[in-house]
Parts: sequence; C-alpha cells; structure tokens
Amino acid sequence: MNFDLSPYGAFIWPAYAVSALLLGGLTLWAMARWRAVKAKLATLEKT
Amino acid sequence: MFDWLFRYANPARFMGLSGALLPWLWSAALLTLATALYLGFSAPPDYQQGRTVLILFIHVPAAIMATNVYACMVVASLFSLINRHILADVAARTAAPLGAIFTLLALITGSLWGKPMWGTWWVWDGRLTSTLVQFFLYLGYIALWNAIEDETRAARICAVLALVGAVNIPIIKFSVDWWATLHQGESIMSGNLAGPFLVPFLVMMLFYMLLFVCLWLTRIRTLILERRLRSLMGAA
Repeated sequence: MNFDLSPYGAFIWPAYAVSALLLGGLTLWAMARWRAVKAKLATLEKT
Repeated sequence: MFDWLFRYANPARFMGLSGALLPWLWSAALLTLATALYLGFSAPPDYQQGRTVLILFIHVPAAIMATNVYACMVVASLFSLINRHILADVAARTAAPLGAIFTLLALITGSLWGKPMWGTWWVWDGRLTSTLVQFFLYLGYIALWNAIEDETRAARICAVLALVGAVNIPIIKFSVDWWATLHQGESIMSGNLAGPFLVPFLVMMLFYMLLFVCLWLTRIRTLILERRLRSLMGAA
C-alpha cells in the first residue's frame, strides 16, 4: 500500500475523512437508535 | 405476481429474517471495506489524474447509491400508494436519510476531486446541478414526513412527492449526454476504466451497497419497533 498522496494529499485525505465521518456517523446513529428503542420496548414489556 | 414479496412483508416475518441476515451482512460489509481500501491504496497513479483517482473510488459509488436509493424510495412509494402496505411506508421513509447522506457525500467528494482536476470546486453543469436538486428532494421529503402528524396521510403525500421527484433520475443519468458538461461521461459500463482501477472501484461499490442494505434493514427494524412501542404506550 502506498500512502504517499503528494501533491494531492490535501484533497484526498479530506475526501476519505468526510466519508468516514458521514458513513461512520450514520452507522453509529442507526445502531444507537435501534438499541435505545429495543431497550425501551423491553422495559415496557416487562412492566 | 408479488405474492412472494408480501409473504416477507409481514412485519413479524421481516423482523425474523432481517435479524438473521444482518450479522452476516455487516461482516461482509466490513470485509469488503478492508479489501477495497487495500486495493485502492495499492492502485498505481493514473497517468492524467495522479492519485486523485483514489477520490473517484469513493465518489462514484456514493453518486451511484444516491440515485439507486432514490429509485428504491420510488418503488417503495409505489407499493405504498397501490398496496397501502405499512412496510412499504417504513421502507420509503427510512431510505430518505440514507440517500441524502450518499448524495451529500457525492457532492463533497466530487468537489474535492474537481478543485485539483478542473480548477474549481463547483460548476453549474447538468450533472452537478441535478445531483444538488436530488439532495434538496431528499431534504424536502424528510421535512414533509416530519411536518405531518398523521402517519398514514404523511405516507401518501410523501409517496406522491417521491414519484414526482423520480423525473430527476433520468436527468441525472443522461445529463452528461444531453448537455455539454464539464463532468465526464459514463466510463464504467463502456469499459473505459482500466483494470487496476476497475477492481478497487467494484469492491468499494459492493461495500457501499452492503452498507446501504445493512443500514436500511436496521432503520426499518427500528421504525417497526417504534410503532410497536407507540401502540403499547397508547394502550397503557
């Protein structure tokens, strides 16, 4: 693997960083919502 | 004709099947992401673009998914209007934020590629402008869903909006043929992408598709549970 991106590193790294941030954020948000709803439902069904 | 589909469209059956599939799909997504990154960063520089070709490995799949997710939303909206199926409503609604993120990603990464290659972050050409319109269509769809309290009414009105917005799909696809644009024409199906770039691109494309399926199923499952939660709270 070659991580020398010169002279375009200033464009390539931000592109990958934004992708990681948006897709990673979307995944974490989706998982967090799923867990929160599941936990709430489990509590309600227990009572 | 769609009997087989409606068998799995039963929410209880859908929850069982998707719950069994999701761990495998997430594993496959992670594996393809690792492979795509390895292949991408091992690819040689392009003779014209240099290593900015690395941006295209994430920009093109995001742009393709942005349109494909909208197409999924249109199909789900059609089922919602014709069959009045609760799972179709949920499928259309949950696809919208995912499509919006893919579209935003396509716009940002495209801009980051455009600056060093075209010398500009943005031009009002057919492909870029129609993609921006698609982003606003997603935002409008999400806002409309949240603005209407009655879910059945919201589903019907949003389905109509999604169908009207479908006009933009062929405009995005053929904009590079219909108008003289700065954006290059289709290069994957026409075989213009050389082997060392085609393989990392296809693997990254597979990752984006798997990620979308994983996120879509997770969001549909969440909304089904939210509905159950609301009905339980209403009954209590």
